Amino acid sequence: MIPRPFAYHAPDTLQAVIALLSEHGDQAKLLAGGHSLLPMMKLRFAAPDHLIDLRRVKELCGIVMSGDEIHIGAMTTEHDIVASALLAEHLPLLVETARQIADPQVRYKGTIGGDVSHGDPGNDHPAVMLALGASFVLVGPNGERIVPAADFFLGTYATAMEPDEVMTQIRIRKAAAGSGASYAKLKRKTGDYATAAAAVVLRLEGGVCAEVSIALTNVAPAAMRADAAEASLMGKTVDDAAIAEAGRHAMEACEPAADLRGDEEYKRAMAGQMVERALRAALLRCAA
Amino acid sequence: MAKKTAVSFTLNGSTVDVLVEPRELLIHTLRDKLAHTGPHIGCETTHCGACTVDLDGQSVKSCTILTVQCEETQVLTIEGFAKGGQLHALQEGFMQEHGLQCGFCTPGMITRAYRLLQEIPDPTEEEIRYWMAGNLCRCTGYQNIIKAIQYAARKLRGEVVETSHPLMAEVSL
Ligand SMILES: Cc1cc2nc3c(=O)[nH]c(=O)nc-3n(C[C@H](O)[C@H](O)[C@H](O)COP(=O)(O)OP(=O)(O)OC[C@H]3O[C@@H](n4cnc5c(N)ncnc54)[C@H](O)[C@@H]3O)c2cc1C
Ligand code: FES
Ligand code: FES
Repeated sequence: MIPRPFAYHAPDTLQAVIALLSEHGDQAKLLAGGHSLLPMMKLRFAAPDHLIDLRRVKELCGIVMSGDEIHIGAMTTEHDIVASALLAEHLPLLVETARQIADPQVRYKGTIGGDVSHGDPGNDHPAVMLALGASFVLVGPNGERIVPAADFFLGTYATAMEPDEVMTQIRIRKAAAGSGASYAKLKRKTGDYATAAAAVVLRLEGGVCAEVSIALTNVAPAAMRADAAEASLMGKTVDDAAIAEAGRHAMEACEPAADLRGDEEYKRAMAGQMVERALRAALLRCAA
Repeated sequence: MAKKTAVSFTLNGSTVDVLVEPRELLIHTLRDKLAHTGPHIGCETTHCGACTVDLDGQSVKSCTILTVQCEETQVLTIEGFAKGGQLHALQEGFMQEHGLQCGFCTPGMITRAYRLLQEIPDPTEEEIRYWMAGNLCRCTGYQNIIKAIQYAARKLRGEVVETSHPLMAEVSL
């Protein structure tokens, strides 16, 4: 299993990356950790003529606090996320998610920018980005634009990013005081993609739900918000009955595709279970 | 379009220069061009970990890295572990604790465990299971592999270690 021949570029600056992208257009692919792209190239599902390696572009690395936002460079690896004290303190949901992605070797290479950009409904970060209300900094020949996660994931392998754009940074508000979050993922084995997974961010006021976001992984052509499940919780005490009802709403909203991980009915049921699990965990963390 | 490129990196402490097509995977360069056949090809799909090498202080699956990505890096393979006829503590541990049967997964297991012990010198069984999850073994079950890694961890921390294996205890090193 060897990819089709291509020309390899390893530029040092973002400017040089954009210049190469402008020159080669949709004949080119960016290479981040390569752990989604290279397997596809080995199977010849992808066959770019030009591969532009981002590994030397220092501007794309690093996790920093900026006001009440955290800015995460696109080339930050899952391993960096798991090890980040800043994220553990201010965005523990991201650490919890990264710990459940793939396996150690893949986490050393796979990047958050690559995970989000790839548009794979099986990837875990997209739902988490939706739940956290993240936004993405995209840079192209005409400059920079910032796209909210809600407008980014359009379908399977389809995102709002243009072929000549690079994702440079992911921006997320740090977790609100008193809020709790959780990512619940069902997988067949360690290192597998989700059969179904749910990301939940919850904040209570006076014991009732004042803010909630729920997003689902791998049960639709792209990551999706479970709006009706969220609406069903607002203003309510988050008790067993409310949690079960939210799970039912999430089940109705998802459109899973049958595959080796299960048929539609099973995946739908598991989406509901994951929403319930994530809600329960988030609720416990609200108090903590 | 796909002209060969010269790539230099450090392999087990020595500088190597290779001429590769950009599409060549590190596992093939190591095995076919550099005669380092310790890293094995088990699945080619990034799942089994048999091809694991250490690249700039990280465990990576060399079936999913292009050799051109390794310019100016430090690569460590199983061939770099024994020094002066002395087995590395991990190699000794896998032998003493019977951490292998056919041995196919072992180079990847040891290379991965090496990095794990750099990061967590005193791992619990649970931590070993979590951090070794990228390596599959089709023979042994994982219990003896875990014991082998714990054996090496103790030895690397300077403790005197003996095998916990009832039969291996009879055999001297
Ligand atoms: C065995 C295995 C198991 C896995 N399990 C999981 C899992 O459970 N959950 C999960 O979420 N993922 C999983 N993955 C995927 C892994 O996490 C990937 O590494 C990740 O999704 C993609 O990141 P990457 O840096 O490797 O991107 P690449 O493979 O390098 O790139 C992916 C795509 O994104 C584009 N891209 C990359 N970076 C940018 C950028 N900065 N700007 C614009 N476009 C960009 C590339 O051009 C390409 O189209 C698994 C992978 C393997 C091999
Ligand atoms: S051969 Fe590389 S992971 Fe199996
Ligand atoms: S010892 Fe045979 S595969 Fe592990």
